[in-house]
Amino acid sequence: MTAAGDFPASQDAAPAAAPRRRLLEQDWRKLLRASAILAIAQVFIGLSGMPVSFDRRLLIDPILSLGYLSLLWLPLAVSYWVGREQVLEGMTAYARGGRDVLAGAITGAVGNAGLTLLVVGITHFDIRDPLVNWSPQLLGILEFEESVWLGALIWPAIGAGVGALGGGMHWASSRITRTTVIVLLSVFGTAVLESVITDLSQGFHIEAVSDWLYGPKRGLTYPAAIVVAAAAAAIAGGIAAYRAFLARTASTSGQLGIAASGETSANRVRWRRIPVRRLVGFALSAAAIVVLPLFLGRLTNELLANVGLFILLALGLNIIVGLAGILDLGYVAFFAVGGYSVAVLTSPGSPRFDLEIPWFGALFAAMLLAGLAGLLIGAPVIRMRGDYLAIVTLGFGEIIRVLLLSDWLSGTFNGAQGITNIPGVEVFGLATVRGFEPRSVLYLVLVFCAIAVYVSWRLENSRIGRAWMAIREDESVAEAMGVDTVSAKLMAFVTGAVLGSFSGAILSAKVGSVFPHSFAIIVSIVILVVVIFGGMGSIAGVIAGAAVLIGVLGGPNQPGLLQEFAEYKILIYGALLVWMMLQRSEGLIPSVRRARELHLDEMNQDAWLRAQVAADDAGGGGGGDRSEGEQP
Amino acid sequence: MPMLEITGLHVVFGGLHAINDLDFAVEKGEIVAVIGPNGAGKTTFFNAISGMVKPTEGQIAFEGRSLLGLDPNKITSRGIARTFQNVRLFANMTVLENVMVSQHCRTRQRILDALLQTRRFRTEEEQVRARGKEVLGFFGTRLTGYRFDQPASVLSYANRRRLEIARAMATSPKLILLDEPVAGMNPVESAELTQLIGKLRDEMGYTIVLIEHDMSVVRDISDRVVVLDHGEAIARGTYAEVSANPQVIEAYLGQSADGS
Repeated sequence: MTAAGDFPASQDAAPAAAPRRRLLEQDWRKLLRASAILAIAQVFIGLSGMPVSFDRRLLIDPILSLGYLSLLWLPLAVSYWVGREQVLEGMTAYARGGRDVLAGAITGAVGNAGLTLLVVGITHFDIRDPLVNWSPQLLGILEFEESVWLGALIWPAIGAGVGALGGGMHWASSRITRTTVIVLLSVFGTAVLESVITDLSQGFHIEAVSDWLYGPKRGLTYPAAIVVAAAAAAIAGGIAAYRAFLARTASTSGQLGIAASGETSANRVRWRRIPVRRLVGFALSAAAIVVLPLFLGRLTNELLANVGLFILLALGLNIIVGLAGILDLGYVAFFAVGGYSVAVLTSPGSPRFDLEIPWFGALFAAMLLAGLAGLLIGAPVIRMRGDYLAIVTLGFGEIIRVLLLSDWLSGTFNGAQGITNIPGVEVFGLATVRGFEPRSVLYLVLVFCAIAVYVSWRLENSRIGRAWMAIREDESVAEAMGVDTVSAKLMAFVTGAVLGSFSGAILSAKVGSVFPHSFAIIVSIVILVVVIFGGMGSIAGVIAGAAVLIGVLGGPNQPGLLQEFAEYKILIYGALLVWMMLQRSEGLIPSVRRARELHLDEMNQDAWLRAQVAADDAGGGGGGDRSEGEQP
Repeated sequence: MPMLEITGLHVVFGGLHAINDLDFAVEKGEIVAVIGPNGAGKTTFFNAISGMVKPTEGQIAFEGRSLLGLDPNKITSRGIARTFQNVRLFANMTVLENVMVSQHCRTRQRILDALLQTRRFRTEEEQVRARGKEVLGFFGTRLTGYRFDQPASVLSYANRRRLEIARAMATSPKLILLDEPVAGMNPVESAELTQLIGKLRDEMGYTIVLIEHDMSVVRDISDRVVVLDHGEAIARGTYAEVSANPQVIEAYLGQSADGS
């Protein structure tokens, strides 16, 4: 990926010799298949009700709503996918051109004919009975509030246009493609982040900016969209120019710089000698994280606090699933233990105990209880593997919820009524964290997130972390190599459980009440999706995954940025997960371990070879035992 | 007293008698080769010693103490390490991490040490790292330098076999069980590794039991040879004695008998 960006010349040079194909020399079978998939998907999106419920949210005032976008993006994506060709060694790399534009246009037009069928179909047949999400508004949207004929004819035309764009991306140089993507994403991002940006500009007392950017219906205004697009294009161009400049200076100043840096990275001892640049970057981002909430409004702080709660949960699950490789589908149990421990111990409304101990004391108890729960759940499942383990943990997750709900324990947990009146967190008499002050909650969450990140980071690079990795790789070999797999797996459960209980403890202080239904199985699934989507075993990935999924789409019971998605978020989670598994199974930000396999090796190898050559030259041809006979 | 003493060992899988009344002993400092045709029960024999398979009957004693009923990791910490016939490295871990993780049973740091970065954690991490590099250094420059930070999955086949041995060495064993150490290597590599196995005993002081199909390796380094067929020991003795045994020739070497 970077190679293509760094050396555009080599890419542009190739087409000169590459053979061309005639306009109609298409892979018709592939086009047909893509069109069929597109048609089915478009009809599905239409009937699922997304265009209708998203139509209230404008992105660009007044031409583009989220509803229309939901029908536009798929033709673009599919027609781009149709044009994708993997050129392997020994295969002919064809020149790209009008043929690809045509392929995209055909795919888009034929695929969107599905919408034509839908328009015609729903005007003639009443399908409301089985498909409850269908509504007259859908027809209105599909017909642009005009006539059936317009609706029936315009969608293939739109599909052809958008598809031509998608197919044409293969024709354009990589720089143009990249710029286009950046521009589109920037405009989309600015429109979607409306509430955050409004919030921020109010915090900095520059409301004029957000007033100018957004129209009365929350969408970007025309001029604002153009300005944002232009700014994004300028930034993208600047970055490209900077990269080209770097590539040029690197090639003129020789390879020495790369060799030196490669060598240090190969020999670096992990916990020392952290490069200054990373240190500065870390300090700056830490400062930004600490200062930023002061300028954010209630809504955004609330949103970020929710994201933080899920980062905590995901980091905990990441230790169990990502590091130790134990597929735990009942992680919500530990979340519940944390939440209910705090509720029972601190609330005056707690039915059995009247302790009302301070939150930090209750947190300590929650940690102990969660650790105990980790042992109790871990002990029976630890000797199982794979599918069996996943199913049993799923069962344990449900057992906890059923226990909380049961009549038997209602004297302690109050059954379905839950426990209310949970007081806020008194921070050593300095401040009080309460749910109606999202900023204070956010700070509390941030502190615990920092703890969780630290714990994950330190443990990953320690004896127990290596043991977990070995177990994930091959459990029986790990055991044969002297790793006490039973205790290592139990430690993973306990550590993950304690981190999860933090999140539960904060949640009950934040919301002020806990109910059994807050700890349903869907919470486990969502946390697992966050971990997988972000990148298993990667701390940065897990954080990014939580930010994207929980922040934008929303958690199981928490609204996200796009509150319009609320009804569809599980559907979108599923779609994202499937797409992720197909296209990028290592996650959004893969762990170093997985990324390293791709590029760093060659660099290190070259650096090492150069160092050897240099040493040989200096030492007068020593090191003759360097046998090159069987390098892989 | 022998270092490893096995008496009356039976391993039965359902109706299959994989090991049938086997007696076996290794003295400290010996190199013993276990040979036999495919399916003779050689790897099962190793699995039984290393605890990965529970014996149906019989006694296994290491340095006078029984190994029966111990988990594989306990047996490893007693001082028996092994390699696998079908190389089973931790493929996504680096070369160095592979030999660091196998020092697990020799290290004592706890989770709190790692979290608080105690002195014990730091010195032990240094030691584990240094010991790992030392073990890898045994194979010349093949597994050192830039290779330290390479994932094991990118290594060549011969290097993977070497790393398996290094990983076993890193557990600080007294006895190493090598399951076909030169399988898949070319003659040059296999001759070199044969020498190294000799060095393992002579310089590092390990006692070695190896399974091998390559008769030149067996001939060159083994003090004694045990021949298994259908789970039973059909012959014992030096290579010369065993290779002249008509029963062995029939069961294993075949009719051409070109192994000698």
